Parts: sequence; structure tokens; C-alpha cells
Amino acid sequence: MVQNASKISVSGLNFYYQKKQAIFDLNLKIHANSILSVFGPANSGITTLLRSFNRLCDLTPGAHMEGQILLDGKNIYAPDIIVTELRRKVGMVFDVPTPLPMSIFDNIAYGPRLSGMKSKKLLFQSVEEALKMAALWEDVKDRLSMPAASLSGGQQQRLCIARVLALKPEVILLDRPCSGLDPISTAKIEESLSHLKEKFTIVIAPHNVQQAGRISDRAAFMLMGHLIEEGPARAVFANPQDQRTNDYITGRFG
Amino acid sequence: MKTNSRAGEKIAKLLIWSTALFVLVVLVAISAYILIKGLPRINWHFLTEIPRNMGRSGGVASTIVGTLLVTAVAIIIAMPFGIGTAFYLAEYTKESMITRIIRFSAESLAGIPSIVYGLFGFIFFVIYLNLGWSILSGGLTLAIMILPTIIRTSEEAILSVPKVYREVSFSLGGTKWQTIIKAVFPSAIRGITNGIILSVGRSVAETAAVIYTAGSALRMPVSLFSPTRTMAVHFYILAREGISLENAYGTAALLIILIFLINVVANMLVNRFIAKGR
Repeated sequence: MVQNASKISVSGLNFYYQKKQAIFDLNLKIHANSILSVFGPANSGITTLLRSFNRLCDLTPGAHMEGQILLDGKNIYAPDIIVTELRRKVGMVFDVPTPLPMSIFDNIAYGPRLSGMKSKKLLFQSVEEALKMAALWEDVKDRLSMPAASLSGGQQQRLCIARVLALKPEVILLDRPCSGLDPISTAKIEESLSHLKEKFTIVIAPHNVQQAGRISDRAAFMLMGHLIEEGPARAVFANPQDQRTNDYITGRFG
Repeated sequence: MKTNSRAGEKIAKLLIWSTALFVLVVLVAISAYILIKGLPRINWHFLTEIPRNMGRSGGVASTIVGTLLVTAVAIIIAMPFGIGTAFYLAEYTKESMITRIIRFSAESLAGIPSIVYGLFGFIFFVIYLNLGWSILSGGLTLAIMILPTIIRTSEEAILSVPKVYREVSFSLGGTKWQTIIKAVFPSAIRGITNGIILSVGRSVAETAAVIYTAGSALRMPVSLFSPTRTMAVHFYILAREGISLENAYGTAALLIILIFLINVVANMLVNRFIAKGR
């Protein structure tokens, strides 16, 4: 693996909701097979940035952008991009667990089924594989037909991660995935993420600075729509180049 | 102060409790009265024979068949259009002049007295389209009458499906259609069904809109073009013309039982569908 291969490359990104600008002239390169934490206070444009990587932003009326986002060198906003294929490559885990009102199995099989997988055997294989990668298999293997809503919050969030993994994505976006979870569930999710980065490129909005410090290879600090600084996590947290980053990390605001 | 607010709490509870009790008593009283008067009339002959002597004797078999067929035609026609329109309004379009016009029309249509639908059905289906007094004319008229109800209840059911279900489905690579069918519809189906059950009830119980369009023939219908008399019309005529009050009560009791059965069966079907989906 070439260390510096950038999986996602953002240049000159400006993002607007109607007239309100959410992201200002943002440039960022995201390395493959690593975990990037994009952290900062609320309303910094982090969710918007993540949602622009798989074009979920398209769903918000009045949202529009300028600039370029490249995935493996290809502009994901080019007219010939098939959005559903892009979203299979760039999976998303939301800030609250979002099981669909169906069984555990059907939740995980949702993505594969959308892309036309019908064979029971293949579906079962991908469900099992995804659940194992998300470290949930042992918890649920005997009750795959139970409603997903019957799981605990932490299990539900790992279910959502498994659901994304079943798409066989290349990039996984996690938008404050542990915000409502207890420390033990959080630790479990962080542990599975550290395994997953071997196969995937992970971009996470951590729910606090400590989490960012624990799990990331690289870190990016955003404030009010501006990318303040980005670099190797250790450097950003130990020796931030920008005063505002330093103030945020040391808890002076945010 | 403290005792005051506690007393207020008790009074409020009592008031609310008594309104609910009052409604329950009225409902039970009416149903019980009709069932007590009507049930003794219901037996095998009443169910299987067609009315004789204008309904003075014989049964009500042809009116049961007529009611079911007219209602079935109405639901089969109104359901796809109603649900389709609801999905259009809720999922496929932004708020615009057109959606406002559709909503306003639906609301206005819902408020029109059913006799007006009857008159329209008579002029348009019976005479202009030359369908005559028939199950088809009656069913089409009822379909127009219940359409607004189905649209509004379905739209509300669709809009009440959490937005995250749609986002999840899109984020997993779903197209709009896949998202609607797999993520939205299963969650909305209970609300949609409630609207349809409501509409079935209204169709079964309707008189004014069908008396001019389906007719009041007592023969057993042989096709959708046959005229027929629904149960509601039958007991209206029996009571109004003073033909047989006993048979009117019998028909009314049967109508109540029919509506009850339709409710139970529809709920069972939905529960089974939902259970299968989980």
C-alpha cells in the first residue's frame, strides 16, 4: 500500500444551505486505510462535510456546493456518476442508531438486496461476514430474525456499522457514532474500527476530543465551516499549530 | 394552594373520564338496541334467500352480495389512485401550486354531502356513460366519494414515517423507488390500512350516493352491470316505506356485524403482513 495515496481529495469546497454558507473553501486529502477524525464544536460543518462525501446532501432542499470532491481521482459530482453506486462505495453510519423496522437479518441484508442479491445463501454469507467484522455476530447469531429494535443501543449502532460493511464499501463515514452510547459500547465500537481500517478508509466525526485522540491516525479540526488544521493525529493533539485548535483541545471552549 | 391544585387535578380527571364514558355508553346503547331488535330476525333463511314481497318476507341475500360487490368495486378503484396520489404528494413533489390545489380539492371533496356524489354519479355514470343503474355505477360513485379520505389518511401515514428511514435507505444505495417500497411503505401500511377500513365502512353504510347509481333492484346481481340494492339502502327503504320494521332491524344488525367483521379481518391481514416484514 502506498502510504500517501489519497482516497478522497477535496479542493475548494464551498457548501451552502440556501444562502447560508456551511463550509468555506475547504481543501483536504484523506489517506486510504487510515482513520481520519474530523473534530470541532457543533455547527462546524462536519456533518455537512461527511454527507457531501456520499452525496446524502443532495437530499436536503436548497443545498448546493462549489468545488471538487474526488474519490480515487474521479469527481463524485460529475454528471456520469451513478449516485446509488457512489453511496455503496461510501457508506454512512449516523449519529443515532437507525435500525430499520425489520429483523436483524433484513437490516444487514437491506443493502445487498437493493443491489440485486437474491440467493439466500449469498445473503446469509454477507450478513454473517458483516456481523463478524462489526463484532456483533456472537451477540446475535441465534436471533437473526428478531426485530433489530430489540437490541441495545450499542448493539444497534454496531448493527448499523455491519449494515454498511455488508455493502462492501471502500470508505466508511461515521457521524458521531457513539454520541448516545455508554463507555463500554463506545470502547467496543472503537475497537472494531481499529480493525476495520486495515480494509477501509474511515472518516469519523468523534463525539469528543478524547475519542479523536484514541482512535485516529490523522486529525482535522474544523471551526465554523473552516478547516483550521489537519495533520497526523499525534502532532495535532500534542503540538497544534493553530491557537484555536489548541484552545479547543485544552478545553478553553467548545 | 396545594389542595386546590390537587382538587383541580381530580375534577379534570373526572371530567375527561366521564366524557369517554358518555361516548362509550352512547355507542354501546345504539349497537345493543339494534342488535337486540335485529338479531332474532337473523337465521339461515334470512342470509340465503333473496327478499320477497318487497322485503316483507324472504331474506336479504341479494343485498349482501350487492353491498359487497359495490364496496369492492369502490375500494379496488379508489385504493391505487388514492395511495398513488398520496405518495406523489408526500414523496415525489415539493410544496407547490399543484400540490396545494390537489390538497385543497381533496379536502373540499371530503366535505361534500354524499347525496351530491349520488347526483353526480347518476348524471355522469348512469346516464352520460350509459352504465345504467348498476354495481359499476354505484362502485365508481363511491370510489370518488372515498378517494379524498384515502388520500389524506395515506399521506399522513407516509409523512409520519421517520425521515431517517429514508436517509438510511438512500445511504445504503437505494433508489427512490426502492426506498419507498422497502423502507417507507412497510412503516406506513398501518396508517394507510386504517384509512381504507374507514372508507370501506363509509361505502358499506352509504345510502344517498348509491340509491341513485346502483338502483334498488332486489334480484340477485349477475354481473357488474346488474342493478342492485345495498343493505343500507334496503333497510332505509324498509323503514321509510313502512314495509317491515323487523326486517329493517335485521338488516341493520347484519350491517353492524359485517362492518365489525371487515375491521377484524383487515386488522388481522395487516398484522400478519407486518409480522412477516419483521
